[in-house]
Amino acid sequence: MSLLSVSNLRVDFNTRNGHTIAVNDISFSVEKGQITAIIGESGSGKSVACYSLLGLLPQPPASIESGQALFEGQDLLQMSEAELRAIRGRDIAMIFQDPMTCLNPFMTIGDQLIEPLVYHKNLSEKHALARAKELLVEVGIRDPDTTINNYPHEFSGGMRQRVMIAMALINEPKLLIADEPTTALDVTIQAQILKLIAELQTKRDIGVIFISHDLAVVADIADQIIVMEKGLLVERGDREAIFTDAQHPYTQKLLAAIPSSIKEASTRAPEPLVRVEHLKTYFETPSQLVKAVDDVSFQINKGEILGLVGESGSGKSTIGRSILRLLPITEGTVTFAGTDVTALDKKGLRGMRRRMQMIFQDPYASLNPRMSVYDTLAEPLLLHGIESRKTVEQAVLTLMDDVGLARAFIRKYPHEFSGGQRQRIAIGRALATKPEFIVADEPVSALDVTIQAQILDLLLDLGNQYGLTMLFVSHDLAVVRHIADRIIVLYQGKIVEEGSSEALFTNPQQSYTKTLLHSIPGQSLLAG
Amino acid sequence: MTDMTLQAEKGTSLWEDAWRRLKKNKLALFGLGLLGSFVLIALITPWIAPYAYDAQNLDLGATPPSAAHWLGTDIFGRDLLTQIMYGGRISLAVGFVATAVALFIGVSWGAIAGYVGGRVDAVMMRIVDILYALPFMIFIVLLMVVFGRNLLLLFLAIGAVEWLTMARIMRGQVQTLRKQEFVEAAISLGLAPATIIRRHLIPNALGPIIVYTTLTIPSVMLLEAFLSFLGLGIQPPKTSWGLLISYGAETMEEYPWLLIFPGMALTLTLFALNFLGDGLRDALDVRRSAD
Repeated sequence: MSLLSVSNLRVDFNTRNGHTIAVNDISFSVEKGQITAIIGESGSGKSVACYSLLGLLPQPPASIESGQALFEGQDLLQMSEAELRAIRGRDIAMIFQDPMTCLNPFMTIGDQLIEPLVYHKNLSEKHALARAKELLVEVGIRDPDTTINNYPHEFSGGMRQRVMIAMALINEPKLLIADEPTTALDVTIQAQILKLIAELQTKRDIGVIFISHDLAVVADIADQIIVMEKGLLVERGDREAIFTDAQHPYTQKLLAAIPSSIKEASTRAPEPLVRVEHLKTYFETPSQLVKAVDDVSFQINKGEILGLVGESGSGKSTIGRSILRLLPITEGTVTFAGTDVTALDKKGLRGMRRRMQMIFQDPYASLNPRMSVYDTLAEPLLLHGIESRKTVEQAVLTLMDDVGLARAFIRKYPHEFSGGQRQRIAIGRALATKPEFIVADEPVSALDVTIQAQILDLLLDLGNQYGLTMLFVSHDLAVVRHIADRIIVLYQGKIVEEGSSEALFTNPQQSYTKTLLHSIPGQSLLAG
Repeated sequence: MTDMTLQAEKGTSLWEDAWRRLKKNKLALFGLGLLGSFVLIALITPWIAPYAYDAQNLDLGATPPSAAHWLGTDIFGRDLLTQIMYGGRISLAVGFVATAVALFIGVSWGAIAGYVGGRVDAVMMRIVDILYALPFMIFIVLLMVVFGRNLLLLFLAIGAVEWLTMARIMRGQVQTLRKQEFVEAAISLGLAPATIIRRHLIPNALGPIIVYTTLTIPSVMLLEAFLSFLGLGIQPPKTSWGLLISYGAETMEEYPWLLIFPGMALTLTLFALNFLGDGLRDALDVRRSAD
């Protein structure tokens, strides 16, 4: 018998804006001792399906229309809130994407860990603490005697996720539901957490549901993969079947969207457009001096896409912003087309901004919610006097054509668009002034996988069409490999390695680069 | 739909859009209509008022509503309807002008402090703190002593006090907004700080500001009544709603209509303002539009 068997589950949402079927008649089962991955893009219903099983969806607006979810023979959907509460956390535990929001910032890790033991299992505090320490060791936290008295903010993101996993495991659940547990983490940390989950699952012989938007992430660990699209279960199969012989076109599309190619080195003679020399950008906090960028020198050649790769805290975004002088530079010079950008006064800088632009990571935050597409795109054109009030509308429409937005959307506001469309607007804004140089700061990391591929292709096309030089900042090596001509690897504000994409990926020199490359998920199945 | 959106909206701005949405909100339109008719009546009062504002009839005394005096008369035999109409001129003027002053100073002050930050922000906000701490009465009395009694000064004085809270609200809003990437995007486009504040920050901070404004107008009207009551504002025979209410309250047991009718005028204004304010807030929030 399956550990959990869901049949004909349907969840609807009734909101002001209408009625939607979030989960449409899906059936699946989770076996003991297996990892079942549920894959889908945002809005596919993957999280809703799992949350509805545990009664974690607010009802209304959600309503479970039909279905059965047998967990060890009992139907979860028929249980009262009290019965569910007894099961949640004890037999079925959850791990979430952002561990910081799930931990109480005012309680030490130890207190939070032993709470369920002391209250539900009536263990004495001493025994509970001993048990908690064992668990911390099990999830890979060293020196539990001291760390157990720390507060959540004293841990790094990866460590916090380990603590969350320890908390989820403390009552020895039979089923663990992990909702995008590694999405917020750096790639090397992600690899560690994935390994940890797989190890714990084998050791404890429990069932795991792993929810993710990224097929590559689950490529190494999943036993069974379920693919969802718009509330429907479109494909189900074991890992090899999905990766080698996907039947449904949507699954094939997802697989194709995983960037795996290496861009070939360009044969053009290098002609530097941007030259960064001994750049230092320090931040002063009350307690310490943070050397975000510490003596970095490199150049970006005309027409090339330079990838800047590193984990969080490596200073990659800071470099991009320093070049554009969106942040005050501590030391060093940035030369753009022969002009020392660092020496420009306010007025000179504003004129220069026309020639160097930026694309931001989060298209939900980088567009003014009160400005329509027209307002957003017309602003730079009018500001720099490129178009007059009479001609600007035509220019905006042309720009919309270029970035692939339907002309009819011109009066719409950002909230009416999907993430990918918003990023197109943001790209249009950056290109409006026909800049020579663009800093793209993680432009696809907030997007769904299939959309990611579209936006990357758009950037490559526009790069050629507009003759752009680009600094492409990203934490995602697979993405950078796909788009960049040359790559710089950063670690803690310093350059670790620099080289053409091909050279870097096939023959990395430094051990840190090797670790990074090794952490790219799904290599075993995607290599071919 | 395509054609309509393309041609119907040449040069739409946030405000035109907001107006289009506001027109769909019945309650807000009702509020706007009511407020508009009050303002209109106030403007043409000298020509349409049934009696002169200072005409007394001591023999008549206080009478309940009748055919000759629709809303009754006060103890001096003055027509209450006339009083309310003339009082509305003062009250509405104080309410709108003082609030406009507060709005202008408060929003610019708060926006600049919040956007520039650092030392400028610290100094600007300490000034606000000091003014907060200053006893309001002493401030007004000082102004009156130095400049003499003057209606315009009263507007300014009230406005100069009411902007403090507005500035704090605005600063808080701007501080959260300026960390968002769209502000960074505006900087990287080359926009000057003043343009960023005007085009990107203020429109996004309007919601709480509008709500607070609709609350400020009635409180300013009552503040004027309080000052007038102390002899610092309007003096009889000139009157305002606030004054009428405070006199009415004294005699409410014998002559209840003297409290009820001025009270209704103020309450209706307050309702109208709240409906309109809620409607405006929703209309300016582009995310709320369903279509």
